[in-house]
Amino acid sequence: MMAEPAARLSDSATPRGFAIKLAGVSKTYDNGLVALAPLDLDVLKGEFVSLLGPSGCGKSTALRIIAGLIAPTSGQVQVAGRASRSIGFVFQEPTLMPWATVRDNVRLPLRLAHVAREDADRRVSDALARVGLAEFAETYPRELSGGMKMRVSLARALVTDPDVLLMDEPFAALDEITRFRLNNDLLVLWRELHKTIVFVTHSVFESVFLSQRVIVMTARPGRIESEIHVDADPRDESFRTSAAYAAFCREASTALARASERKGAS
Amino acid sequence: MSSLSPPQMTSDVAAPQAGRGFGMLQFLLPVVVLVISVAVWDLVVRINQIPPYVLPSPGAVIGTLIADWDILWQSLLTTLLTTFEGFVAAAIGGIAMALLFSRSKWLEFSLLPYAVILQVTPVIAIAPLLLIYLPQQTAVVVCAWIVAFFPVLANTTLGLKSVDRNLAGLFKLYRATPIQSLLLLKLPAALPHILGGLRIAGGLSLIGAVVAEIAAGSAGAGSGLAYRIAESSYRLNIPRMFAALLLLSMAGIVIYMLLALVSHLVLRRWHESALGKES
Repeated sequence: MMAEPAARLSDSATPRGFAIKLAGVSKTYDNGLVALAPLDLDVLKGEFVSLLGPSGCGKSTALRIIAGLIAPTSGQVQVAGRASRSIGFVFQEPTLMPWATVRDNVRLPLRLAHVAREDADRRVSDALARVGLAEFAETYPRELSGGMKMRVSLARALVTDPDVLLMDEPFAALDEITRFRLNNDLLVLWRELHKTIVFVTHSVFESVFLSQRVIVMTARPGRIESEIHVDADPRDESFRTSAAYAAFCREASTALARASERKGAS
Repeated sequence: MSSLSPPQMTSDVAAPQAGRGFGMLQFLLPVVVLVISVAVWDLVVRINQIPPYVLPSPGAVIGTLIADWDILWQSLLTTLLTTFEGFVAAAIGGIAMALLFSRSKWLEFSLLPYAVILQVTPVIAIAPLLLIYLPQQTAVVVCAWIVAFFPVLANTTLGLKSVDRNLAGLFKLYRATPIQSLLLLKLPAALPHILGGLRIAGGLSLIGAVVAEIAAGSAGAGSGLAYRIAESSYRLNIPRMFAALLLLSMAGIVIYMLLALVSHLVLRRWHESALGKES
């Protein structure tokens, strides 16, 4: 199966209001494995979008391409303000440096960017306070619980004040109670900080609860099966138990089941 | 053997909860073995009336150690200096080589086979050649280096390769320079492995120094402990051979313990190997 030729976009073509624009982005690995079929995706500034799909559908690949961690085989990737370290990335594992304290872990992006010490200290403290870990600055990662490690990881992603936050199944390894709490806290952060968030998950419930738009992807090679717009106001604990939430979850589950059946039908 | 559960067990050593009796036992058992061995040794010498030039009694060895202390102490310092020089050269050489190899596959492919060859060729066979071409003191240090550098190289290489992939991705995302990646990510991540390599290298550089001194033998102007052993052997001064040997093993133990301590102090705050039983 050949990728379509990359769609042409002039550099100035990112309309105001778009944070991320993928046009015909595909990824074929050296061993011939097609991880991502040509994907078109627009994410608005300040939007919370989830990529939902079965394992191996290329949703993580798409996220890594947006981050610039891997190069696409074809297609165009545009991230508004990409030049200025405006992307924060949260991995599935906390991905902390075990030899450094929480403070030094969160400080890392600033240190790599040669931000002055005083300025960095203040921003690190702010970020830690935001995720509720102000008192744990001098702790080493091994002394923290899984949920707390994830919070450190989130603080590190926020410390550069990025426009775009990319999250790769960040809460998948946590127990449900911890995950619910982190979901709520993430929504508060999103509302307060006006970040654009792309959230990869394989949990129907998580995607519906968190995002304004759920993009359901098919199994390998990944394509967009359908999009679900989740209108919810207010989006808080009451939403989690509402009939609307259940309906959205049913819709997403049905789409996901359809997407999984399509496996191999590329 | 009811003496295996000695009364000192009730001493108030601060040991972790469950492991307490076990920890004491771990310390006491080797001591018991030592005491029994020395006692048997002494008995065998006494009962069979073995002359000291064949097998000296433990007492005679200790006596010689005290009587010849000035000579032996000087020799010990000489050997330790050689060992130290060889060790430092091995540490710097091994780590530097691993860093170069991690930067350039070309260098690795070109040089690694020779590093392996140096490692697998018995140093006792190389030492006489080195003694021909190099000044004696240099040759001895080079021997210590040859034996000791490989574990440092191999361990550092392993450490540099075991960097967490996502952390490396994070450094890439924030556009870290190669120097930043090296200092902030690769070296710290490799540190536990490097320290493991150094711990092995410490003992090996002592072996290398001793082998070279023995090879230099009476021909050399050396005065290290191994030279004393060779010299005493020619003079049938067996008690002094034992005394020198005793000092050598003590030196080896001290070197190992020092390096283990350094490793523990450096890693104790974050690495699994140094965390002990508390969790």
